[in-house]
Amino acid sequence: MGKTVLLIEDEQNIIEAVSFILSRDGWDVKIHANGHDAMDAVRTRRPDVVILDVMLPGKSGFDILSEIRADMAFKDLPVMMLSARGQTRDLDMARRAGANRYMTKPFSNAEVLDAVRALVPT
Amino acid sequence: MSQRSMIGTRIRQRRVSSGLRQAELAKLAGISASYLNLIEHNRRRIGGKTLTQIAQVLEVEPASLREGAEVTLLTALREAAGARAGSSQRPAPELDRIEEFAGRFPGWAGLLAELEARRGALERTVEVLTERLAHDPQLAGALHEVISTATAIRSTAAILAETRELEPEWQMRFHRNINEDGKRLADGAEALMRYLEGGPDTGSDIKSPQDELHAFLDAHGFHFPQLEGWGAGTRVASLVENAKMLETASARVLASEVLTQYVDDARALPLDQMQRLIARHGAAPDDIADETARPLAQVFRRLAMLPEDVAGGPLGLIVADAAGAILLRKPVHDFAVPRGGAGCALWPLYEVFVQPARPVRAVLRQGDLRLEALAVAEQLRPAGFDRIGIFRAHMLLRPQTGSAESARQVGATCRVCSIPGCAARREPSILMDGL
Repeated sequence: MGKTVLLIEDEQNIIEAVSFILSRDGWDVKIHANGHDAMDAVRTRRPDVVILDVMLPGKSGFDILSEIRADMAFKDLPVMMLSARGQTRDLDMARRAGANRYMTKPFSNAEVLDAVRALVPT
Repeated sequence: MSQRSMIGTRIRQRRVSSGLRQAELAKLAGISASYLNLIEHNRRRIGGKTLTQIAQVLEVEPASLREGAEVTLLTALREAAGARAGSSQRPAPELDRIEEFAGRFPGWAGLLAELEARRGALERTVEVLTERLAHDPQLAGALHEVISTATAIRSTAAILAETRELEPEWQMRFHRNINEDGKRLADGAEALMRYLEGGPDTGSDIKSPQDELHAFLDAHGFHFPQLEGWGAGTRVASLVENAKMLETASARVLASEVLTQYVDDARALPLDQMQRLIARHGAAPDDIADETARPLAQVFRRLAMLPEDVAGGPLGLIVADAAGAILLRKPVHDFAVPRGGAGCALWPLYEVFVQPARPVRAVLRQGDLRLEALAVAEQLRPAGFDRIGIFRAHMLLRPQTGSAESARQVGATCRVCSIPGCAARREPSILMDGL
């Protein structure tokens, strides 16, 4: 079994597409589709890398990332944020919250794959 | 070439605009034509008595020849050059020759300065609009939906195109996903367009409770036959309950209030009585109010909510509270009327709050369109020593054609109004000089 990616995203067809390309690349993809209890999912799944959407039902990706960084067990966990907003302000917010990578939608499959590989060298 | 040396250019411009030939000016100023020619081409310095004499002939102050409009022009050119600083695509502007440029080519220099000012204004407009869009939660949500759907389509399409051996069930699933997302994308883009176009569209997926209310009222032509006559009050709840256009609870509350008032107005001024009154007086609200002893505001509402064939023509109605919020909005023809809480302050709608007991009549115009506006403030709660009075302004609108009466020019709201020099302007228009 490959390393684990936790995909926190509420858009079902993005979930299916990203899961497919990562699975084909050998990653074990876990899904969580809302913001409410995303931190619980991180603690339970203990992924090697997290792909985190910014706009989620229940809680924003920025808030979830802050919770991840506040937990000493996950302070170094690689997190890539996905957002439809490419503004400098959002990029700054992601950096301040501790994101390792910020990718704006729409992205290509190759970009996602390259970014995840770079965040978790095998 | 120095600022002072451009005096010659200003002399030439002034002479030409005065219709004088060079020889005539030279003679009147007591100098030779060839000397004046050198002065005008900035090849001779000028000052003192000669400058005073030339200024007298040209009927201007000597100072205006010494310090012309070029000061402003040169400042604008320097700003334009400053805006180009840091760009390495083209050679840097020759700042050391800026006065020579302005002096030799005043037309081009003026055009450059004007274009630079326009560029700056547009840049600021874009910044403000971008900021505004970024803080519009409805728009942000809709854009997120569209971009997320586009992302799903892009990823799925790439999988279908690039994966060599894709199992049939995956192929089927991804085709289905693309089909679903394509439809969502089309719907989302359409909803966005409707939102950006700004109208209270009955089919829009992005609307406020007020938009839902007005779409509902508009769909009924602002007239509800089932609410005419006695006992109609019991039908309001079911009418609202069954209105599919009223999707939110807030919109249903607003609609209930409007329709309950409709029932009260219809009870006070029954349809058959209104038909008789209009046949006798025309749609003249003050005559109807006099004869029925009903408040003007109630007559306005009743008239505006009658079918056009009963009222004798199209009638509009705007109702606002004292804070300027538009509570009811029935436009008439293409006249742009206030939509939200930042309407044009020149409308009689707001004027009546100054003297609530005094009705106001005004003829309004927008381009070639003219309206007669009748406004009055209705007191909902009287003022007391320990409480303020509550008022609502009502304004009845009817098209006016063929009248020579002077008209007040009004807009809808400052942001999209280009009336120059308006004393009531509260913010710049995006249609004029940028924000």
